[in-house]
Amino acid sequence: MKNHVWRPLQVVIVLVALILVFRHFYVPKDFGIQDQGYMYGFHRLGNEKEWKAMKASYKFDGNEYCKGCHEDKVKSLMASPHKMIPCEDCHGPALDHPDNPPKLQIDRRRELCLRCHASLPYPTSGRHVIPGIDPFGHNPGIECVNCHNPHNVSLEGMK
Amino acid sequence: MLEHAHMLVHGQAWTTKEFFVLPNEYIYWAIQIVMYPYMTGLVAGAFVLSSLYHVFGIKQLKEIARFALVFSFALLPVAMMPLLLHLQQPFRGIEVMMTPHFTSAIAAFGIVFSTYATIVACELYFVYRKYFVETALALKNKPDKSAVDGIRQIIFSVLTLGVWDISEQAVARDHKAMGVLAGIGIPVACFLHGYAGFIFGSVKANALWMTPLMPVIFIMSAIVSGIALCLLVYIIVMETRKQLAKAKRRSRLHYGFQDEEHIRGVEDQEVKLATKALLYFMIAAISLELLDLIFRGYTAMKSWDVLRQVIYQRDFYKIFVLQYGVGNLVPFVLLLLPGLSVRRTFLISILVLFGVFMMRWNVVIGGQAFSLTFHGFMDYHFPVIPHNLETFKEGLGGVLCVAATPFILFYIFNKFMPVFIAEKESE
Amino acid sequence: MERRDFLKSTIIAVAGAAVPMAALQLVNPKKVFAANPDLQWVFLVDTNKCVGCGMCVKACKAENEIPYEADVTRTWVERYVVTRDGKMLADSPKGARDGFTSQVIEQGEAGPVSPKPEDITKAFFVPKLCNQCDNPPCVQVCPVGATYKTPDGPVLIDRTWCIGCGYCVMGCPYGARFFHPKYHVADKCNFCYHRISNGMKTACVGACPFGARQIGNLKDPNDPVTKAIMEQRVGVLKSEYGTKPQAFYIGLSKEVC
Repeated sequence: MKNHVWRPLQVVIVLVALILVFRHFYVPKDFGIQDQGYMYGFHRLGNEKEWKAMKASYKFDGNEYCKGCHEDKVKSLMASPHKMIPCEDCHGPALDHPDNPPKLQIDRRRELCLRCHASLPYPTSGRHVIPGIDPFGHNPGIECVNCHNPHNVSLEGMK
Repeated sequence: MLEHAHMLVHGQAWTTKEFFVLPNEYIYWAIQIVMYPYMTGLVAGAFVLSSLYHVFGIKQLKEIARFALVFSFALLPVAMMPLLLHLQQPFRGIEVMMTPHFTSAIAAFGIVFSTYATIVACELYFVYRKYFVETALALKNKPDKSAVDGIRQIIFSVLTLGVWDISEQAVARDHKAMGVLAGIGIPVACFLHGYAGFIFGSVKANALWMTPLMPVIFIMSAIVSGIALCLLVYIIVMETRKQLAKAKRRSRLHYGFQDEEHIRGVEDQEVKLATKALLYFMIAAISLELLDLIFRGYTAMKSWDVLRQVIYQRDFYKIFVLQYGVGNLVPFVLLLLPGLSVRRTFLISILVLFGVFMMRWNVVIGGQAFSLTFHGFMDYHFPVIPHNLETFKEGLGGVLCVAATPFILFYIFNKFMPVFIAEKESE
Repeated sequence: MERRDFLKSTIIAVAGAAVPMAALQLVNPKKVFAANPDLQWVFLVDTNKCVGCGMCVKACKAENEIPYEADVTRTWVERYVVTRDGKMLADSPKGARDGFTSQVIEQGEAGPVSPKPEDITKAFFVPKLCNQCDNPPCVQVCPVGATYKTPDGPVLIDRTWCIGCGYCVMGCPYGARFFHPKYHVADKCNFCYHRISNGMKTACVGACPFGARQIGNLKDPNDPVTKAIMEQRVGVLKSEYGTKPQAFYIGLSKEVC
């Protein structure tokens, strides 16, 4: 290329080569078009394993884990209308309890119970079959668990 | 809006919701995404204007062409700034060039931007190569060189890219290369901005953005804004030179012309031609936008109910008064009225630039003014006073940074690629 | 400038652009869409059973590190109330992370609305989450390959690679995506990929006391979820977008947005 007008192109080619070298080191080796094709499968393959390896917080195993130590509570719950509620719904994720955390939360606030038991005028919804109260009319400001036992909710179980 | 001030998610600081809006919906694409197509539009338009001389040899545009080219180059890094300010992970921005996913319009950015920057840089090289060589040689032969001179000599020597031949033959080859590059550059400049329109037009999830007309609308209005910007700055520069000529003061800006009359003559010629181009492209841009609006109303798809409320009620002022009225109709009428003066053209340019900015705003923000539910709205509260880094970057602070930078860069570039050197010293 | 020279330069320019393109390994015709033949995760929502307790949202946030106080969520529940005059009201207060404990329907800046109980003709709850579409528009628009479809169905996000441009968030017709307030990258429901890949159900499925949410394997003909999808009248959200969503709804009503 005797003509000097090619000089800038030569500079560009050198720059592109440098970029490609940089790219060789910057992009992870397992990055590329995987089995799903270019449109939907262009990614770093190792990421899939990373997600699979993430630690779970909740057990949600039908209260079996909790039964190991808290058999009385679980049995009582299973015999009550609350039997379908997993322990962890109200008490939070078990994680490595009792190692970590040593105690799970006990949420005594009305708001927890009102999630299901605040009466809503929706006759066409599953909500309708759940016994409910008017949050402002029925003992407002007082914790529900003062009178109601969440693990034994029958009216006889009231404290 | 500020309830949980300790944990505001991105977009929450400037978004308010009305009626039924999904929990994850916020105005995620804010002012910087308005700025980005605006700046690339100016880049593309400036380059097209410059190419009208270099490719089609319209001699009357020679003066403005060189200026437009350098300014286009100064605008280029600025086009990247809004994106860096917008990204949640700006330091990973290089990934667009490392692992581009070309099924995404945004991935085109890496290639198109680099290609376009390369073309403009190369063209500038050929325009100024003779000047680089002459300056470097003059510095080399200077008897008492200061440290600054030494540095300048190195810089200019590097800029020659090692080609020191400034014979007539070599310079003729430079001219030819310039023409070729300008010719290639026009479609690339159009692509630089057309793809920005594709970014929006291809989002099927957004009822306002999705239309095949979007890339074309963007290109047309980009050219409009580019021409208007060049007209504006050119008029300012020429008027300044005229004032200086009047005062009969010798300045760096004063070159080649004898008197005020001669300067005024050049101005009128160039301005008249550019305003004709402006008019034609304005007609194209407005026709397409109105076509899109009419079609939407006529076909009345599911989204039309909520879109109608956004366009004709909530954003009526921004769309019809500011964008179409002040930004299109007024300059249009002013262009057509007889006796077009340079002063009037100055006003027209400002109004057109404002109109194009409002168009970007109304598309980007307007597209997020309604919820995916089609039963809710969102309002954008532009952050003027920043409360944190986020409201600075995506607020007035960020806008000012982006707006000021091209002028700072132009000032620096002008030191190495002077726009107003005497005729005999350039090309 | 002569036409021949112009053409020559154009060809060279295009050829020059092709070099970096080739280096980026664009299309391999052998690699086409390859799904896992034994495992395809699908989700089933029964809107008749949902009572709006929001336990699913609470569990999802705890399981997936989405801060409770942040106003974004991987899954949420919507309430629809239709009144006698034909008007439809809908809300999702904080994504229903605290459930629905009040008759008052939130409407943001427009102010809350309390329709009279006797005027309500129809009301129901609709849980929503990422549909893990078979043609995910969010994956299509990612400029850097930070999000992708796995062979067994769920769409995942690579947190180390996402640049936070937000194109995927804008590209999702369902509003499933958002920016993670801590990691500052895109985030969304991924069917608790870490759970389902290790023999567990998703957090929201485990948390729901009423069986409104279920997850199953479409390739297993004995899976109750598969049976329901194959035999019952099920709907999907916004099928007109061509996304091929993999979350199916029993009791999907015309009001659902």
